[in-house]
This record gives sequence, structure tokens and C-alpha cells, in this order.
Amino acid sequence: MSTLLEVSGVSVSFDGFKAINNLSFRIGPAELRAIIGPNGAGKTTFMDIVTGKTRPDEGRVIWGERSVSLLRMSESRIAQEGIGRKFQRPTVFEDQSVHDNLLMALKKPRGPFAVLFYRPESPDEARVEELAAEIGLEAALPRKAGELSHGQKQWLEIGMLLAQEPKLLLVDEPAAGMTLSEREHTTDILRRAAETRAVVVVEHDMEFVRRLDCKVTVLHEGSVLAEGTLDHVTQNRQVIDVYLGR
Amino acid sequence: MSVSDPQAGFAQAITRPRHRPFILRNPSVGVFLICLALFTLGVTVLSEDYGLGLISTSFVKTLGKTLCLCLVAIAMDLVWGYCGILSLGHFAFFGLGGYMIGMWLMYARTELIVAASMAEAPIPPTPAEITDAIGSQIFGVVGASDFPVVWMFADSFVLQMLLILAVPGLLALIFGWLAFRSRVTGVYLSILTQAMTLALSLYLFQNDSGLRGNNGLSGLQNLPGVQAPQSLVSIWFLWGSALALALGYLLVAWVVSGKFGSVIRGIRDDEARVRFLGYSVEGYKLFVFTLTAVIAGIAGALYYPQAGIINPAEIAPIASIYLAVWVAIGGRGRIYGAVIGAAFVSLVSTWFTGGQAPSVDLGFYRIDWVDWWLVVLGLAFVLVTLFAPKGIGGLVDLLTWRRHPDRHGADLGPDQGSLREEEAET
Repeated sequence: MSTLLEVSGVSVSFDGFKAINNLSFRIGPAELRAIIGPNGAGKTTFMDIVTGKTRPDEGRVIWGERSVSLLRMSESRIAQEGIGRKFQRPTVFEDQSVHDNLLMALKKPRGPFAVLFYRPESPDEARVEELAAEIGLEAALPRKAGELSHGQKQWLEIGMLLAQEPKLLLVDEPAAGMTLSEREHTTDILRRAAETRAVVVVEHDMEFVRRLDCKVTVLHEGSVLAEGTLDHVTQNRQVIDVYLGR
Repeated sequence: MSVSDPQAGFAQAITRPRHRPFILRNPSVGVFLICLALFTLGVTVLSEDYGLGLISTSFVKTLGKTLCLCLVAIAMDLVWGYCGILSLGHFAFFGLGGYMIGMWLMYARTELIVAASMAEAPIPPTPAEITDAIGSQIFGVVGASDFPVVWMFADSFVLQMLLILAVPGLLALIFGWLAFRSRVTGVYLSILTQAMTLALSLYLFQNDSGLRGNNGLSGLQNLPGVQAPQSLVSIWFLWGSALALALGYLLVAWVVSGKFGSVIRGIRDDEARVRFLGYSVEGYKLFVFTLTAVIAGIAGALYYPQAGIINPAEIAPIASIYLAVWVAIGGRGRIYGAVIGAAFVSLVSTWFTGGQAPSVDLGFYRIDWVDWWLVVLGLAFVLVTLFAPKGIGGLVDLLTWRRHPDRHGADLGPDQGSLREEEAET
């Protein structure tokens, strides 16, 4: 299997506390993966490293067919390379319309001058409407994002990620605070996205992970504890110890 | 959509604001331009030389200067209200623009005077003699007579006019590059910009800075080679300032209307998120910072010929703070708010500090507005920040909201399927 992202031997510590300890992880170009683990297992730090927010003390992060290192790139450069990130708390631009939020995320030149002279053309508008339909917000396009419900904001953020057309999608606890039907919709969106690209979902809701029905990586104290199907890892003695306490 | 398929049809029917022409999408631009044109016409008709003579020349100058302050306030609104960078140093760029035009005005006028006085001499003067004479005229006041390096382009009108754009722009570019690259944000950036304007002001206070120290540049109201009286010149400058304000307003409105506006408002609201969308936040901030510095420079270059004098005290840190106060009181994040704030506060301030405001005698204490105006202004700033964060411009919302609730075409009621705005309007 070819590899899209390979993280190997990465360690990072904050004031002596080892948040990530010799972590290795790899994912292919069209794969859905769930990362689970108790609080403080290093899930969010892992995402910070991949997206360039945190620089690791040691280790390598290799990306794409050309096998470039992500460690020297800025956050915006990494995003342009095709890594999209959804934060735990829905972060959309509340003061702007759903339409403008999606338009801003659309994959287009990102430089200040190109953006200054950019005027949306009909293919772009069509793409925005298509995305809005995909996340179920086509009737809300002219509304301000701040008026949306919590679940709708989560979808809008996922829609913005899809608009970026990333090769890898990092999604941090997408189901937090959602109702049951909203969760089902979210699962659909993520599984559909994973047909054409890699999607990594960080979650600690086991029920949601079961619904995703994909390979699971268990993190504990900054390194990989187990990997496999959900049934496989939940039968793992160490995983049970970590989750249920010894 | 699962439940409300009929709504999809309505969504199609909504005319997106984006497809309409610029002026229709931004009705406030048209309203503003009409108001500005009427104002300029009114002042011209009431002025001494072109009309009825109801407005004194000095008041025409005050109004012209106010237009320049409105222009620099627009720049401040773009950098602070839209992009979220609270720069407390934009008056430095304003002052630099003033210095740049002042150098040409002083040089060219002194050159005419010197040439006229030397023309009587029996032997025609050499160019070097003329230059020396101009030098000792201009710099005699600081005990020097040689032209410093910074004056090397002062004899060329075109080059010196370009410096009005280049000097503030370059300073902003270098300063901004250093600050934004190190990701200095928030209050630290504000402090840094204050330090910049203070340092510049202190430097210019020195006699060997080459710009006549604390004397500054003076006599700027006299245009070289122009015999017309000030009553005419003041109206010309009013026209020029109004034109610059109109163009500046259009430029800023255009910049913030499209996707660029979306991105910089995004930076204001959540910088990290914009970065993860793949936009280089630093590049955008630098662009906005530099553009607004250039606008501020142009505003300064139109202001100081009307004021007649510029000295380093003009770019003291407090001036830039006033600028932020104007924009806050007027309402940031809307361009006309900045204009209203700058015009209102600076005119009221002129009235209070000019000694025209009647003192209030409380019996035990006499309130002299010259002394107490700053207290009132400070109080107004605190009250606006606390109780009316939208500023004076927020009043416009109250008016338009009553007539067209800003529902963006959404349902009028809380539940799906209720009457939509488009239906209700027809």
C-alpha cells in the first residue's frame, strides 16, 4: 500500500512532560482512520505536529508522493500542500455568511494580490452550492454562520475542509455535542469523504467510532498502543487496562 | 435537505448580493459620495472668494483639514476595524507624508525668493551659490547651511511627490515585516507601534535629523509660484482633500467588499483558522499595514499645506491614540463610521479647545473647556466602548434595521416553512 503521510519516531515534550513519545504512524491515500485514546494521550498534539503548529523535538514527518518533510513548512504552506484540519470547537467565521465561509475555503490561489482581484465566477458559485448541498446547508447559504446551530457549524467547518480539496483531512472530535441524527449525518459525510482521500478522525466516543467502521489506532501516553479493527483493539488487554483502569 | 425540499427552490430564487454591481452591493458608498459632493459644493458656495462669503477662510481650512483626518481614519479603520491590527502608530505615516510635501514646498518657495533677490546682483549667481543660499535660508534656524542627504530629491517635484508614497510605505513595510514575521499581535503590537512613532518623533526633534528639529517645516500654506490669495488656495485644497477622501473611500470599500475583505475579517476574528485554510496571515497583514500607511501619508501630505506648519510634536504617540479614539467613537468595521468619528470628534474638539465653548460657572468651580475637554473625550471613549461598541455608526443600523431587518433572506419566523423575507416583501 502506498503511503500518504508517514510519521516516524516523533517525540515532543512540553516543560519536561513528554506529550508524544517516539510515535510512528502512517496512512494511505484513501483511508478512513480513527484515533482513540484517553485524555492526555497526545491526540491533539499529534494533529498539531502534522499541521505545523508544534515543532517536534525529534523524528520525521514525510508527506505525499514526493516524500517531502513537513517539519520546515509554515501552517499555511502545509494547508496548501493538502492537509485540512477541523478543530474540536467549531471554528467558522461567525460574522460572515455561510456562502462567504465556503468561498474563502475554496481551493484557489491564496496570495494577497490574487485574492484582491478575485471575483467569483459561476463554476465557483456552483461548487459552493454543491458543497452546501453536501453538508445540508443549501438553504442557509445567505445566513450568517453565527446564526447556525452547533451541529450546523460543525458541518459548515467540514464543508470548508472539503472545499479546500485536501488529500488528508484531520478531524478532531466531530461528534462532540451533536444529537443522534446529526451524528449519523456526520458519519455519512466523513465516510463519503474518505472514498477519495485520507481522513483521520480523533474521537473518544466509542459508539461513534463503531459507526465509522474503520481501522483504529489507540494512543496512550504519546505512543501507539494498538492498531486494528475496533473489535480487535477492544479485546487487547492493555487497551482495556488503559480505558477501564487497572 | 431532507425535510424542507420546497425551501431549496426559494434558495435558488434568492438573488445573491454578489452578482449585483459594486455600488448596489455597497449602498453606503453611493450615499457617502453624494454627501461628500454636497458638502464640498456647499462650502464652495458659502466661501469668501467663490460665493457668498459666509464661511471664513480659516474655517474652510479647518474643514479641509477635517477631510484629511477622515481619510487617515479610513486607513485606521481598514487596519484596525477590518484586519484587527490595533496600530497606534499610523499618525507617524501621516506626519511623514506631511514632511515629504513640506520639504518640496519649502525648497521651491525659498528657491524663488532667493532667485528673485539675487537677480539684482551685478554678477549672475551660479547654481551652487543659489543652492547654498537656499540652504542657509532653510537651515539657518538650526545653525546649519548644508543640505542633509534626506533633502536630495527636494528640488524635484515629481520625485518628492513619489516620496510621499514611498517613505511611509517603506517604513510600514519594514516595520510590519519584522513585527508580523515574529507573530507579534494584540497589545504587544500596539505598544510596538507606539514605540515606533515615539522614536520617530524624538529623532525628528533633533536638529541634526535634517528636518529643522523642533522648528519643523513652516510656511507650507504658500504654494511656490502661486499668487492667488489664501481664500482661493484654501478652497483648492478643500477640493483636493475631498477628491482624495472620495478615492480613498472607494478604494477601501472595494478592498473590503470581496474575498480579500472576507480573509482580513477572518484574520481579525480567528487568525489561526485563516492560517489553517492555507492563507499566509503575515502576508495579508503586511499588505494591509503598508497600504494604510500609504493612504495615511497621502492624507498627511494634503493636511499640512492647509495647517501651514509641521513639527515633530505632530507625530507624538498621543496623536495616533486620538486616531484610534475617533474610529472607536465613529464605529469601527464600517468605513463611514470612521469618517463620522473623525469629523465629529475633531470638529467638536476644535470648538472646545479653541476657546469658543462657553465656560460653565458652578459657583465654587469654573469649568474651562480648554482644560476639561480631554476629560470629556476620555469619558466618551470609555462610555462608547462599554455601552455602544458599534459607535455612532451603529445608529445607522437602528434606522435600516427597522425598515429592512438584515435576515439575509432567511425565514421570518423561527420554524422552517414560515414566510420568507422575499415572499413577505412582494
